[in-house]
Amino acid sequence: MTKLDAKIPGGTLADKWTSFKSSVPLVNPSNKRSLEIIVVGSGLAGASAAASLAELGYKVKVFCFQDSPRRAHSIAAQGGINAAKNYQNDGDSIYRLFYDTIKGGDYRSREANVHRLAEVSGNIIDQCVAQGVPFAREYGGLLSNRSFGGTQVQRTFYAAGQTGQQLLLGAYSSLQRQIGMGNVKMYTRHEMLDVVTIDGKARGIIARDSVTGALERHFGHAVLLCTGGYGNVFYLSTNAMGSNVTAAWKAHKKGAFFANPCYTQIHPTCIPVSGDHQSKLTLMSESLRNDGRIWVPKKENDTRKANEIPEDERDYYLERRYPAFGNLVPRDIASRAAKERCDAGFGVGTSKMAVYLDYAAAIIRYGQGEANKHNMHNPSDEEIQAMGKAVVKEKYGNLFDMYKQITGEDPYQVPMRIYPAVHYTMGGLWVDYNLMTTVPGLYALGEANFSDHGANRLGASALMQGLADGYFVIPYTIGAYLAAEIRTPAMSTDTPDFEAAEKAVRDRLETLMNIKGNKPVDYFHKRLGKIMWDECGMARSAEGLKASIKEIQALQKEFWSDVKIPGEIDNLNPELEKAGRVADFLELGELMCIDALDRDESCGGHFRTEFQTEDGEALRDDEKYAYVAAWEYEKQSKFKLHKEELKYENIKIAQRSYK
Amino acid sequence: MEGHLNLTLKIWRQKNASVAGKFETYQVSGISTDMSFLEMIDVLNNRLIEEGDDPVAFDHDCREGICGMCSMYINGRPHGPNRGVTTCQLHMRSFKDGETITVEPWRASAFPVIKDLVVNRSSFDRIIAAGGFVSVNTGNAKDANNIPINKDDADEAFAAAACIGCGACVAACKNASAMLFTSAKVSQLALLPQGQIEAATRAQAMVAQMDEEGFGACSNTGACEAECPKGISIENIARMNREYFSATFTSK
Repeated sequence: MTKLDAKIPGGTLADKWTSFKSSVPLVNPSNKRSLEIIVVGSGLAGASAAASLAELGYKVKVFCFQDSPRRAHSIAAQGGINAAKNYQNDGDSIYRLFYDTIKGGDYRSREANVHRLAEVSGNIIDQCVAQGVPFAREYGGLLSNRSFGGTQVQRTFYAAGQTGQQLLLGAYSSLQRQIGMGNVKMYTRHEMLDVVTIDGKARGIIARDSVTGALERHFGHAVLLCTGGYGNVFYLSTNAMGSNVTAAWKAHKKGAFFANPCYTQIHPTCIPVSGDHQSKLTLMSESLRNDGRIWVPKKENDTRKANEIPEDERDYYLERRYPAFGNLVPRDIASRAAKERCDAGFGVGTSKMAVYLDYAAAIIRYGQGEANKHNMHNPSDEEIQAMGKAVVKEKYGNLFDMYKQITGEDPYQVPMRIYPAVHYTMGGLWVDYNLMTTVPGLYALGEANFSDHGANRLGASALMQGLADGYFVIPYTIGAYLAAEIRTPAMSTDTPDFEAAEKAVRDRLETLMNIKGNKPVDYFHKRLGKIMWDECGMARSAEGLKASIKEIQALQKEFWSDVKIPGEIDNLNPELEKAGRVADFLELGELMCIDALDRDESCGGHFRTEFQTEDGEALRDDEKYAYVAAWEYEKQSKFKLHKEELKYENIKIAQRSYK
Repeated sequence: MEGHLNLTLKIWRQKNASVAGKFETYQVSGISTDMSFLEMIDVLNNRLIEEGDDPVAFDHDCREGICGMCSMYINGRPHGPNRGVTTCQLHMRSFKDGETITVEPWRASAFPVIKDLVVNRSSFDRIIAAGGFVSVNTGNAKDANNIPINKDDADEAFAAAACIGCGACVAACKNASAMLFTSAKVSQLALLPQGQIEAATRAQAMVAQMDEEGFGACSNTGACEAECPKGISIENIARMNREYFSATFTSK
């Protein structure tokens, strides 16, 4: 079995990153000008990496499938970004952010990476403010913070419910600046369809111009995949319609190991499914759990309206089960608790697959606070309601509007109905400390890698990790590789390796077009999604997973013989693009089930029904499973497991408790 | 409560940029009022695929009103009849049974049609590349709380920064002007101390690029503000004009 070398620097935990930075080989400015880097994806990780590397003097090419780099799905992140600034004087520190992240990830992440993340978290906020990112501020002019799940401090920076948008636009503006200066060449409406390797090293990509259908060859001394997560394998998720695993999967098939594919985050607060027509699900930010209270009726199958159920007949089940963290328990725990109540028959709404997220108490509390602030001694109930609603509107207005738009109900008047939905994938391409995959010269950043969140990501940490990787990690770590590449001149793409890679891509596209079967791509995607949600979603069992693997294999065969793709190969063809992505999801889904079946324990987002405590909490097996499962692709449906042992030298590993 | 609609759709079909397009008429039935407008188009497209026809190409991605990719001109209005929403957030409960709905792409010479309802908005990216940034390299920044910023200014900057770059302002404008888009970025950065240093050169560079892309002039009709899904205020245009003119007078 290959030994995975995570290349973690020596020294004490707190010194590793500092001493790494002081000793990593450097590339001098004139050599940087002749080194070319390909960045695939333009979200927080991709845009920040591309801008920072171009500022350093590298020649950068960026590819995205959308019509502009500003559309990447980081834009939709709502609640905030964590940083260990301790501006609130509430006891935060780099160590606490590190500790919360390891514990939140249920002790399945790498200590050195997580500590580095916590160390650079403060720099991210500084950088964003310098770019003109308009974070929320207090009246004194300083930055405001709020709380997120799995922590007991306020370390989350935010811009209303649009934090991802503002951070991405900051990174995008830095990227556009470099594009304007000619340091970055941007390729929009381009999809990466393969990685080109020469003598074992990543040397470029094959991309398809979505408008003309033309295949293009691009050389790079290094290739960075910043292509996000694979939640759309479930068909319904909070991801954008175009979010896909294709770039990461192609890399996997070219030798990059895929780590912990089964670690999926099911977010507790999303708008419930309304019918078969549903194309995606919408998140209601975790920040809403700061002020909202989650409950279901105490009585089974209660058909009364929410406002007709008296206080003492409501079960605030999170506050009941987890008094220390209450409504702010981590996402995996909140999601399972909601599922448990609904499965037991206490769900609400027409589908009975929803729980309430209630703002009535918060509105009164804020209204009274405002009355005090304005020196009103006997405010009427109406005045309190009006002032309280105004405060809630300022904090969460866009989320409330979105809820109303989608459901037709006014959340200022009635509690929101919410249910868990697929949101984020902690698994991804295996990377070492330098963010390099098992293919030399091929890197993975942001959600596309597996590195920092273990088996469950804490809220407001995805933005932190994407920007940490792009702004502050890769500009240093890439030097370790490129310093040895300065004698490699830029290569022509007119070589047998590029030619063969392009031919393989063309053959696959032609095969897809020529199937001329009977069913549209969505039909297969929906069926795959249902298998994944039922058997590899919030609860998994050996029996269900075994059956799913067979079902998915059968579905793969059916897809390749019966999919129907209209239109032309050499024109804008969204169905052809979708078909390629769904074909890759069908293979990934199989690996996710294999990984979930292999892991005979429950941890974080991975909950095996056979492994739980008496009160239904996840039961880890640290003796046998304290490792990263890194899968090597051998051939169709055949994957080889490699293990990276996780050593905890600074944290005492314990059963996670939020009680 | 959920209801069902039968609708007539008149949709602009155009194979690519070099051929002429025309309206095609389609009937759809049993459309749930809980569907979003784009889900209704999904239903139509899956039927077209099954019937062997080419589905309608349209831009979309996040389907939650923030990426700015969706861009349909519905019954003569960008993003359809409701205020403050993008097409992906428009739900079928906003339409009546038996209605005829006309769907077109954004129409502006600076947004050429690529196919059907898909247009090329890369001109917006070039306007940002001309000056829509603060020139600060990674690693230069001082502590984020070093410069306190008045909350009202920060809030106003945020309101301008909420622009999603969808182009509805251009589509709504009879002159196809990009003043609202450009001014939103100019304003956001001019309101913050970090952006003030380059405020003059930024306004000049972005306006010059806007003109070069072929966007029209502003004649203050306010259609852009009325149709903006994010409620970007027309006051931003006044602020940009101030920045631009003071930059012109004081330019060295």
